[in-house]
Amino acid sequence: MSGTKKETGFTFTIDGVEITAYAGQTIMEAADEAGVYIPRLCDHEGLRHQGSCRVCTVKAGGRSVAACTQPAAPGQAVENETPRLTKMRRDLVEMLFHEGNHLCPICEASGNCELQAMAYRLDMTEATRFPYLEPCRALDASHPDIALDTNRCISCGRCIRASQDVDGKGIFGYVGRGIHRRVAVNGENLADTDAEVTDHAISAEVCPVGCIIRKRVGFAVPIGEREFDHGLIGHDIEEKRK
Amino acid sequence: MSELPKARIATASLAGCFGCHMAILDIDERLIELMQLVEVDRSPLTDKKRFTQRCDIGIIEGGCCNEENVHVLHDFRRNCDVLIALGQCAIMGGLPAMRNAIMHSDAPLRECLDEAYITGKYIRNTTHNVPNDPALPLLLDEVYPCSQVVEIDYQIPGCAPSGDIIFDTLSKLLTGKFRGFERDMIKFD
Ligand code: SF4
Ligand code: SF4
Ligand code: FES
Repeated sequence: MSGTKKETGFTFTIDGVEITAYAGQTIMEAADEAGVYIPRLCDHEGLRHQGSCRVCTVKAGGRSVAACTQPAAPGQAVENETPRLTKMRRDLVEMLFHEGNHLCPICEASGNCELQAMAYRLDMTEATRFPYLEPCRALDASHPDIALDTNRCISCGRCIRASQDVDGKGIFGYVGRGIHRRVAVNGENLADTDAEVTDHAISAEVCPVGCIIRKRVGFAVPIGEREFDHGLIGHDIEEKRK
Repeated sequence: MSELPKARIATASLAGCFGCHMAILDIDERLIELMQLVEVDRSPLTDKKRFTQRCDIGIIEGGCCNEENVHVLHDFRRNCDVLIALGQCAIMGGLPAMRNAIMHSDAPLRECLDEAYITGKYIRNTTHNVPNDPALPLLLDEVYPCSQVVEIDYQIPGCAPSGDIIFDTLSKLLTGKFRGFERDMIKFD
């Protein structure tokens, strides 16, 4: 099985399902192609992998690794949806809720938000095990077409990579360290940068939560009729297997 | 005669908008089914202000924003075997909790009251005072989720929760069959 050479690909398993991969593919890339969903937040199609949120953690070769950055290896038995890993992912998602100010009922991303959808998928009814940190975070509405509500930012860095690598602009970047690490704009306010609403970094698909807001479109689709109101996050990938 | 004794239910709205109580009515005609199983004790639905006896289930809408909310919540915990936080405000503070993290403010409650009654652009408050009638319950420094004040046994998410999730959860709890929510029923909005 594992003896076959690069171009022809090799196989490994995820939760017992046989997956074909090619040299250089990450576990997640191979899984996506095969229709096996591995939860993720900081990874996004078309952007360089960062491996920071750890929601994609799987067990491979006896170690916990980030499926979005770990190359697939021939013959490996990868664990994905085990009760233990699911619980760990739920804990991570729960901590993200504690760390920011996530008031879903007043958030225009509600129903389209990947963090919230991940909570639904992981059976998190609400984060209540720890006190909320309730940080005081800035709202930047300076730009005519874009607003930033950093209360909801999960520091995934998707906007940073999109702006740098796709738009060639570098509007967003990390500042600070540890728990104080935040995403900031390259200027006093967003209006002082060359951000445009047509940037890939500003598009609806890049920010997984309700931090980067395109003004005047928020409620064009009503609550209850949004992306994750009709299907769990990841179902589009899982459907490939059927 | 062979009927099972009905379970007793009590409900209260703390720092909520009464939307969750309205959502209980979204159970629609299944309410009739539910009423075969329960009797309502202290609740705005019966207008009973005190417990007449111990209850099996207490349902709380809203978090705690003032001292009266805390008293009521303690009273429910004391008098109910099972306590349910119904809806986002009860679970995590909800909209009222917006006052907890006002940017750049060292005294968010003061700033919130000033804006609401004194400095806000669209205020017409001829007394220029923050209401301070002794009959008003004292506000807490922050809005607290119910689970930070007493132990909560179950939380039914939603703003407001759907009639389906309320009916499903209650009827399963009453028949001892509750094993968690159906995934597609979990919603935070
Ligand atoms: S960003 Fe997502 S999780 Fe946060 S408040 Fe908005 S919908 Fe809820
Ligand atoms: S603004 Fe959005 S895309 Fe950027 S780091 Fe925060 S959550 Fe991620
Ligand atoms: S998706 Fe892999 S670490 Fe975030």
